[in-house]
Amino acid sequence: MSREKPTLAVFKFASCDGCQLSLLDCEDELLAVTNRIRIAHFPEATRTRIDGPWDLTLVEGSITTPQAAEEIREIRRASKFLVTIGACATTGGIQALRNFADIEEFTRQVYAHPEYIETLATSDAISQHVPVDFELRGCPIDKYQLLEVISAFLYGRRPQVSSASVCEECKRAGQVCVMVAHGTPCLGPVTHAGCGALCPGCNRGCYGCFGPKETPNAPGLSGQLETLGMDRATRVRFYRTFNTGADAFREESERQESGAAPPEESGNRP
Amino acid sequence: MSETRTIEVDYLARVEGEGAMYVRTEGDRVEEVKLSIFEAPRFFEGFLRGRDFREAPDITARICGICPIAYQMGASLAMEDLCGITVDGVLQDLRRLAYCGEWIESHALHVFMLHLPDFLGYPDAVTAAKDHPDMVRNGLRIKKIGNSILRLLGGREIHPVNLRVGGFYRAPSPDAVAGLREDLSWGLEASCEVADFLATLDYPNLERDYEFVSLVHPDEYPITHGRLGSSSGLDAAIRDYDDIFTEEHVAHSNALHSHRSDSGEPVFMGPLARFALNRDRLTPRAAELAERAGLGAACRNPFRSIQVRMIEIVLAFEEALRLVDGYRAAPAEPALPFTPRAGTGFGATEAPRGICYHRYSIDDAGLITDAKIVPPTSVNQPTIEADLRELVQNNLDLPDDELRHHCEVAIRNYDPCISCATHFLDLTVDRK
Repeated sequence: MSREKPTLAVFKFASCDGCQLSLLDCEDELLAVTNRIRIAHFPEATRTRIDGPWDLTLVEGSITTPQAAEEIREIRRASKFLVTIGACATTGGIQALRNFADIEEFTRQVYAHPEYIETLATSDAISQHVPVDFELRGCPIDKYQLLEVISAFLYGRRPQVSSASVCEECKRAGQVCVMVAHGTPCLGPVTHAGCGALCPGCNRGCYGCFGPKETPNAPGLSGQLETLGMDRATRVRFYRTFNTGADAFREESERQESGAAPPEESGNRP
Repeated sequence: MSETRTIEVDYLARVEGEGAMYVRTEGDRVEEVKLSIFEAPRFFEGFLRGRDFREAPDITARICGICPIAYQMGASLAMEDLCGITVDGVLQDLRRLAYCGEWIESHALHVFMLHLPDFLGYPDAVTAAKDHPDMVRNGLRIKKIGNSILRLLGGREIHPVNLRVGGFYRAPSPDAVAGLREDLSWGLEASCEVADFLATLDYPNLERDYEFVSLVHPDEYPITHGRLGSSSGLDAAIRDYDDIFTEEHVAHSNALHSHRSDSGEPVFMGPLARFALNRDRLTPRAAELAERAGLGAACRNPFRSIQVRMIEIVLAFEEALRLVDGYRAAPAEPALPFTPRAGTGFGATEAPRGICYHRYSIDDAGLITDAKIVPPTSVNQPTIEADLRELVQNNLDLPDDELRHHCEVAIRNYDPCISCATHFLDLTVDRK
């Protein structure tokens, strides 16, 4: 019977381990999940290793070394359905801040012996190297969204993950808008839903850990941030955190850095 | 002619992050032992430069998904040191409560999911659950209770959002905190039972003369603060850390190796060190269990670290219950006010795996100009290698497979967090 269970593989590249830990954090559901799916490769959790091909592969972390770039191609070839879990795998993660620096100079500064280190100039999303079947966002991912992805896979349907903004989640939770009511800078209007609007719920502005939502109006938000008194250098940093490699955040941070005028259609509202 | 043997593990299982092990023996001598860490570096100290000092807690949390509180709190303490403020009273109690949550969550992950399968003879906890369903289910529930503390105080378990320089963004309501009580009481009793069970298992014999290093505090078992102490009589302020320990970049590891600057000797951080140096300040139930388990004044067998980790889970539950019961009213303000001033600040806490040290310099605008963070796994690396050397030397008669498994378990004794260790590389190199 166990032979008929679909197989699950979990791989890690440059990352903090937090997203794969989310699976082990499903304390109430873990044993039920393993009744339906066979863990074939998950080094953090088991010594057992079963070679591919695997039915469902979860990939955490970004591609930052030549070896990793090779390895992800092999993993893709051995995976029927490949899902990236979290900001690192989906947009390059916090370590994509290196994309704005001269990496050779950077390595020399950081290491006593740079010759020991092999690294790529950029921290890349998995999708920059291989086709990805589904991307789960967040730094970290939400474990219930992970369970939804696994359930959807088991039932052969598309995962139901909202592509709305944090703003919409915040309104639905009945929270007071921290930007309107307190003048607190917030990335909620341009950030992908999924966390449940945690930060505004704690009286702080969203810091964008789920990355940009679909069609965000970042230039419009930047205008609002400026009105609130946030200086330009801070606005640049505001977009450059855990999803700095995501196009919408990267482009807006570069536009802020260069001082270019907003694109015409952006208006003044996010 | 002597026979050459190599014992290798190309990808260590049930540790956090990517590491490998290599041992080479010639005849009856161990010639080479390497714990190599090939996890890709992420240059945290590099990109912290130029960031606002208030961003450090959220950025450094991303070093480790298992112990983010250690980073958020270490960074906050260093920044508070820079601002000349000390968080105490109710806010400090809430911080200790949050940290108890992290100890419970992280220790339970290690005890039940990563380490215990070795002693019960299974490849993983899920497989062990077939024969030991209650043990695994209770372990998962203990872990969940730790996470529920983090969820309440931090907003979520991994990379909590509610902790900041000066305290919290929003203080929890006393009712919500009191709501933890029932689970905590269950967790305390369940953990005591597991600690007694662990005392009945057989552990491999290995006792080494470690220099234990941990924080020490006159009034409490150290979690959120203290001075640097050691089994050889070290007593120093956190700001002296860089004089006492030196990090070195070695070819086989992307994590720096750390040792005492004066003697060049490696040291031991983590539960065994905390236990040895703070035995008198264990909570009542934890002390009783340690006594009953016959752990003595100090435990020098790293294989028994699972017992000490379990006793620290008991301690964290007792402390959490005390702090929950003491939280009668939310503080007037969730955080202390502060003003940055140019200079260098220091902070250190007891992460689940040992001391996690932070040092930051900032300029007049509050931007970080230099950062250094040393996680405990970095410090423990040479000690793990020394353990492996002695273990292999003492067990040369074992067949390769058995010896390899022994070595893997010996590495897991430390709950090494490779993700942590790799993300810290010294940035003290001259930039000119």
